[in-house]
Amino acid sequence: MEFHTLSSPHTKRVNRVDKVMLQVVLALIPGITAMIFYFGWGVLINVVLACLSAVAFEAMVIRLRKRPVMPVLFDLSAIVTALLFAVAIPPLLPWWLVVMGMAFAIIMVKQMYGGLGYNPFNPAMAAYVLLLISYPVEMTSWMPPYLLAEHQLTLSQILAFKLSGILPGELTLDAITMATPLDQMRTNLDLNQMISEIRLSPLWGDFGGLGWEWIGNWFLMGGIWMVYKRTITWQIPLAFLTGLVSMATIFWLFDAESFPFPLFHVFSGGVILGAFFIATDPVTACTTRAGQLIYGAAIGVLVYLIRTWGGYPDAVAFAVLLMNMAAPTIDYYTRPRTYGHGEVKSE
Amino acid sequence: MSDITYRNLIVDGLWHNNQALVALLGLCPLLAVSNTAINGLGLGLATTVVLVASNTTVSLIRNFVRPEVRLPVFVLVIASFVTAIELGMNAYFHELHKILGIFIPLIVTNCTIIGRAEAFASKNNLRRSLVDGISIGIGFTLVLLILGGMRELIGQGTLFDQSHLMFGEAARGMTLKIENFHGMLVAILPPGAFIGLGLLIMVKNLIDKRLAVRAMAKTEYAEEIRGLAN
Repeated sequence: MEFHTLSSPHTKRVNRVDKVMLQVVLALIPGITAMIFYFGWGVLINVVLACLSAVAFEAMVIRLRKRPVMPVLFDLSAIVTALLFAVAIPPLLPWWLVVMGMAFAIIMVKQMYGGLGYNPFNPAMAAYVLLLISYPVEMTSWMPPYLLAEHQLTLSQILAFKLSGILPGELTLDAITMATPLDQMRTNLDLNQMISEIRLSPLWGDFGGLGWEWIGNWFLMGGIWMVYKRTITWQIPLAFLTGLVSMATIFWLFDAESFPFPLFHVFSGGVILGAFFIATDPVTACTTRAGQLIYGAAIGVLVYLIRTWGGYPDAVAFAVLLMNMAAPTIDYYTRPRTYGHGEVKSE
Repeated sequence: MSDITYRNLIVDGLWHNNQALVALLGLCPLLAVSNTAINGLGLGLATTVVLVASNTTVSLIRNFVRPEVRLPVFVLVIASFVTAIELGMNAYFHELHKILGIFIPLIVTNCTIIGRAEAFASKNNLRRSLVDGISIGIGFTLVLLILGGMRELIGQGTLFDQSHLMFGEAARGMTLKIENFHGMLVAILPPGAFIGLGLLIMVKNLIDKRLAVRAMAKTEYAEEIRGLAN
């Protein structure tokens, strides 16, 4: 007689690293496609260049460490790092900065600490911050989204600029780049303009910058799919967005002319990308559920604080790195109670 | 302690017991002022002078100081020398003194100096303490100079920038500059100091490892020869 096993678990969860990473890569595709649509071929070149150099550096270090190369390359973690880095940097960044960023991310931040699973900091964000504080001009030269651009560069022109820094004809870098919405908001607020006045500019869409907010939506789609597939937990993104929105709401209610509308913060810069893809990095984030809520909320609050009173227009990378440092401590204090091992009550 | 030869003292101070790379003492001034080679050299030399003077003095008074009060006495000795150096630098290297600022008085808190006084000079005779002070001081200065040069070169594309502060106007030509080089700013900033020191320690450990492998190969070879001879 045959007995069918009917007891639980009925579904199994595939928990291999390469499966998880593949889901992250798939979830990034809509957002990256949207970025290519709005910002042109530069994004695609960055993606390809970052992926190639990340894999090359990873293979190099693994060979130096005398470990088997193939399993490490096929866990796709280097590709995820490269993709996150490539969507964070400006499309016109010179090629050698992309390669240098990936070298720092893979060699110094990831492999020197022992490779995947041992790195205390998010490699993509560490590389982004390294470049941002070292090359502030290059790292803040964003093109406007195509809806606003006066000059459209072709693929070969972009490639030529990224390789050699030569622009076609009479164009200067100032002519093809433009302040990002966060930058614009910040500069004009420093000039004591009112927000209703600042928002008259054609740069703005419904909530954030024109074009920029749609990229946020596409990343959001990928992120929600990852939550649905349980690739990431809902705690970190929700806490991140709640932390940011509640801070923004308090100050917006206090003075709506000098503190932007809360959704402006959500749909500008790297917040959606950060909430779903960067802060949720399983290696560097908190692992306990309660810890993840604290971790996410703290990143949200930090993003608001640094954006509003700090020295740089966007703050996701700084906030994530700061909380990476705090993650082990948060985990330590939020360890769940083991079943049956409660506190002993004194009698 | 008759097994300590002067040769060993010098090698230890410069390499095996290098206070910056092995003992990791005195990191606060090391990381803070090593943003250019000249700053590093200036602070390194000042530290060396204090170290030599304090080692000498501590060694001379080692038999008169009761062990219960030895640390306060050592600190007083070091503080006096640091004060003298500070006033001297202010008088003769005024510009450099302005750049190094608070880190000259802070030499007094440099763990290397009290460390050598306590661990070496208070137990050894004058000559050994003097050699120890010089070699430890030069070892520390070399690390400061190399780290400073490295950070300066990567960060702003120059080497020995502002050398006139130390060697007078004639040394202005000493400055090397890479034209059209956009420095990597992070090297000058504090993170660059930590990363740079980490890399230097890595290089030192790598060399040590290579030397150990080579020494091992040599002994194996010698044993093989001996085996053949027998």
